[in-house]
Amino acid sequence: MKDFILPDRDFGTPASRAKTMVSLTIDGFDVTVPEGTSIMRAAAEIGIQVPKLCATDSLDAFGSCRLCLVEIEGRPGTPASCTTPVAPGLKVHTQTGRLEQLRKGVMELYISDHPLDCLTCAANGDCELQDMAGAVGLRDVRYEAVETHFRARDSSGQANPQWLPKDDSNPYFTYDPAKCIVCSRCVRACEEVQGTFALTIEGRGFDSRVSAGMGSDNFLSSECVSCGACVQACPTATLQEKSVIELGTPKREVITTCAYCGVGCSFKAELRGDELVRMTPYKHGRANRGHSCVKGRFAWGYANHQDRILEPMIRDSIDEPWRVVSWAEAMDHAASRMKRIIDTHGRHAVGVITSSRCTNEETYLVQKLARAVFRNNNTDTCARVCHSPTGYGLGQTFGTSAGTQDFDSVEYTDVAVIIGANPAAAHPVFASRLKKRLRQGAKLIVIDPRRTEMVDGPHIKADHHLALTPGTNVAVVSAMAHVIVTEGLFNEDFIRNRCDWDEFQDYAEFISQPHHSPEAVQILTGVPAQELRAAARTYARGGNGAIYYGLGVTEHSQGSTTVIGIANLAMLTGNIGRPGVGVNPLRGQNNVQGSCDMGSFPHELPGYRHVKNDAVREVFQKVWGVEIDSEPGLRIPNMLDAAVEGTFKGIYIQGEDILQSDPDTKHVAAGLAAMDCVIVHDLFLNETANYAHVFLPGSTFLEKDGTFTNAERRINRVRKVMAPKTGYADWEVTQMLANAMLGKTGGAGWTYTHPSQIMDEIALTTPSFAGVNYALLEEKGSVQWPCNEAAPEGTPLMHVDGFVRGKGRFINTEYVATDERTGPRFPLLLTTGRILSQYNVGAQTRRTENVVWHDEDVLEIHPHDAEVRGIRDGQLVRLASRSGETTLRAALTDRVNPGVVYTTFHHPETQANVITTDYSDWATNCPEYKVTAVQVSPSNGPTEWQEEYNAFAARSRRIAAAE
Amino acid sequence: MLHDPKHSGHEKLVYMANQIAKFMESKPHDEGVAGLAAHINDFWEPRMRRHLFEVLDAGGQGLRPLVLDAAQKIKRPAQTA
Ligand code: SF4
Ligand code: SF4
Ligand code: SF4
Ligand code: FES
Repeated sequence: MKDFILPDRDFGTPASRAKTMVSLTIDGFDVTVPEGTSIMRAAAEIGIQVPKLCATDSLDAFGSCRLCLVEIEGRPGTPASCTTPVAPGLKVHTQTGRLEQLRKGVMELYISDHPLDCLTCAANGDCELQDMAGAVGLRDVRYEAVETHFRARDSSGQANPQWLPKDDSNPYFTYDPAKCIVCSRCVRACEEVQGTFALTIEGRGFDSRVSAGMGSDNFLSSECVSCGACVQACPTATLQEKSVIELGTPKREVITTCAYCGVGCSFKAELRGDELVRMTPYKHGRANRGHSCVKGRFAWGYANHQDRILEPMIRDSIDEPWRVVSWAEAMDHAASRMKRIIDTHGRHAVGVITSSRCTNEETYLVQKLARAVFRNNNTDTCARVCHSPTGYGLGQTFGTSAGTQDFDSVEYTDVAVIIGANPAAAHPVFASRLKKRLRQGAKLIVIDPRRTEMVDGPHIKADHHLALTPGTNVAVVSAMAHVIVTEGLFNEDFIRNRCDWDEFQDYAEFISQPHHSPEAVQILTGVPAQELRAAARTYARGGNGAIYYGLGVTEHSQGSTTVIGIANLAMLTGNIGRPGVGVNPLRGQNNVQGSCDMGSFPHELPGYRHVKNDAVREVFQKVWGVEIDSEPGLRIPNMLDAAVEGTFKGIYIQGEDILQSDPDTKHVAAGLAAMDCVIVHDLFLNETANYAHVFLPGSTFLEKDGTFTNAERRINRVRKVMAPKTGYADWEVTQMLANAMLGKTGGAGWTYTHPSQIMDEIALTTPSFAGVNYALLEEKGSVQWPCNEAAPEGTPLMHVDGFVRGKGRFINTEYVATDERTGPRFPLLLTTGRILSQYNVGAQTRRTENVVWHDEDVLEIHPHDAEVRGIRDGQLVRLASRSGETTLRAALTDRVNPGVVYTTFHHPETQANVITTDYSDWATNCPEYKVTAVQVSPSNGPTEWQEEYNAFAARSRRIAAAE
Repeated sequence: MLHDPKHSGHEKLVYMANQIAKFMESKPHDEGVAGLAAHINDFWEPRMRRHLFEVLDAGGQGLRPLVLDAAQKIKRPAQTA
């Protein structure tokens, strides 16, 4: 639907990127625009709106509605302004008697086949057909259509074969064919913007209509991924959000940022009063450029879900039911317990876990709580379990822990390499932008054990798919480097100028050793040597090469080594420091980047500066007025080990569910059970809360102000759309906890009254954020760090003239096999991932209608492996590893190779992490989620662990009735 | 409940130290020694280093030679936390 309140102007056709300018006159006014601009857009630039229906500036012009006709002096006829490009010296008229008559005629035709129930239509006041009827001065319709699409029965009561019922199958929007004007905007949006090709126009002439999927499909059963692009593009009420049908058109809007994934899409939250009516992607959002996916666009219903806990609760032991208490009592209880632990076991016996779902400001406060109030460095974040190797690997090689590009960069990429990521599922809006580039001819290399949607999707196909054995990333990446070095494909100029030449010599000697060759590692990796060589050549010589990688790289015992290997590849080929190239980690949760930037890790203060560094500690000591511990603190797995050992007793966990998200569930459970005070701060009674003594209810991203930093280092504003349902935003809760502690231990209380003050403190202490403040964000919309005196407007591309660390550093990457190996008892390799409609542990998405697409985790297994085990599609199977076992349903597919099985971890009933082991990355302890040796066999019901755990969870979630 | 005894302290730390050693072994020996010690100093909390020294002081059983070579350069944590 078009924008309603503050219209983002629609220029009708996309902007031209041409450098050459063209001048012409439109209705007597001079206008100068880039070559290739349409006459429609040129007119819009000077404020002249040519009537239009089939054109919109997110889509290429199509020229079907014939409403946008203009006259051009010296040219015959009345060309369509949306498909006619400007030319020098043209004299264009957009409003003449002849044009008026023609337009009225066109509108009459449309209107005669339209139900005209405007007053009760969901798009009333928000409909371009209505607007155009007004714009062309349509006053009467001179004839009545005999055949229509909108009458269910004709005047004699006969059923009208042209009438089709409304399609309600999608949980979030409806398709009402009676209102369709067949402008094909939806079809083109699905193709051009989303890249799914779910919609077609079937039939011709009067019979033509929009159809989702094949003949008998509806929207739900079709290929549609519910991104909403078609709904956004539809000028009428044909495709309409159900929330608008139910609640009416919104009246107020607030620009904010999606809280689901690292793409960080900008949205308009559209409301009536404080009721959210819909979320629509914001055209000026620089990460998403007006596109969205099903999660951000539609899956916000969890904010009102009945499972949300709105009041604080406490209990003495985890066998007791929860007791609802006041905020004051909860804080006192929590602080007393923590204080008691510190008094008995010392200040190193407590710690915090920050959340990649919370804002930068909230994360900053949580690590400050550990460092300035608990007085230790025991702070960690769930980024530990996903991207900590990125921090280490890119820090060592380039000097900074972040992706090098902005998302716009993909528009200049010639060869995209995707390693261990499935953007179509996990970073959908980025995937759409990448697919668009691929359809324009860019090449694609996918390195992944599984044949993901990116390998062969509609109108895209990977040029090379290296379907490696899980756990052999380093061998594959090193073999690519081997090919580049030994075949002389490296970029010597770049290396001489930008890297340390001596280090390169050593590295070249190392990587040239024959045991790194594709032929030598072929048996190990399962990747044919010729294919690997071809991929390496394509990357090295195919023009701008960009690497995008995900958790399939980091979540391995050699995760950090692979990240280093990827950085080596980019340096070897000079693919750093300009648009279209680079090394880009695709971050999982929305604020993984931010939570790392904000000093969540136990060894570094905000801005990636080690705590051992006196000068850095001094900066914070001055502002915080306390001494900061110079020793690194405990990482999450170390905290759990220390808890089991008895030296770590209390923890404050904000917005994370470590019991479900961290590996080796039983070890996590043992660690939590051994603690005296577990404080969980979350929206729901999550799995971790089963072991908690204090529950502090959290606020959603709709209920607070702050910032998120996406995977391109872009700091986006999160704006308060409605008041917190619990009374407090999360940053206020952390502040209350800090002050309750300080009240007992002595020390000056915290006095923030708005998150902007927290950002000011971040800017004051952290050089890469020195220029960031809310006023700047208000003005620019968003900025990418570093943002400081040297780069007052932020930094879209990193390492342009030199690496952050000076010279780029090549580091040797020797393949070391993981100790997790298959054997007779566990002959298959399990790897894990995610799917589009669910998010992480699923706590939010499971509480929305998104469950229609994914109501349980399934195990993908190759038909061959299934057959020898007597497993049928859809059957319940037992999945067992050395660590534990669980049951779930099997799905037979050749997306995975024989010997490999795959599942997601969105549902707690499955507890996929009961299976994963405690092996982890050598440098960062990032758990090895992506490789577990398993066995699969038919099953007839839940495992003992599942039953035992479910019973325990049910017991633990009890809340005592109010007296 | 639900406790798994396999995670007993020393064994795990020996394993972790050896993992780091395997990466550092692809560097020239001196660089590897320095790299390993620096890594442990930078990322291991004193409790973990204390346990590592318990192993080292008892002869360093199970540790790869590079870890033993680096022992001198690893910071011994203060006795009380
Ligand atoms: S919602 Fe998205 S995927 Fe589905 S039909 Fe519309 S544009 Fe295509
Ligand atoms: S559904 Fe909407 S966008 Fe699609 S053809 Fe019909 S009117 Fe146009
Ligand atoms: S989940 Fe990611 S891709 Fe989808 S709307 Fe949110 S930020 Fe964008
Ligand atoms: S808007 Fe130009 S033909 Fe439809």
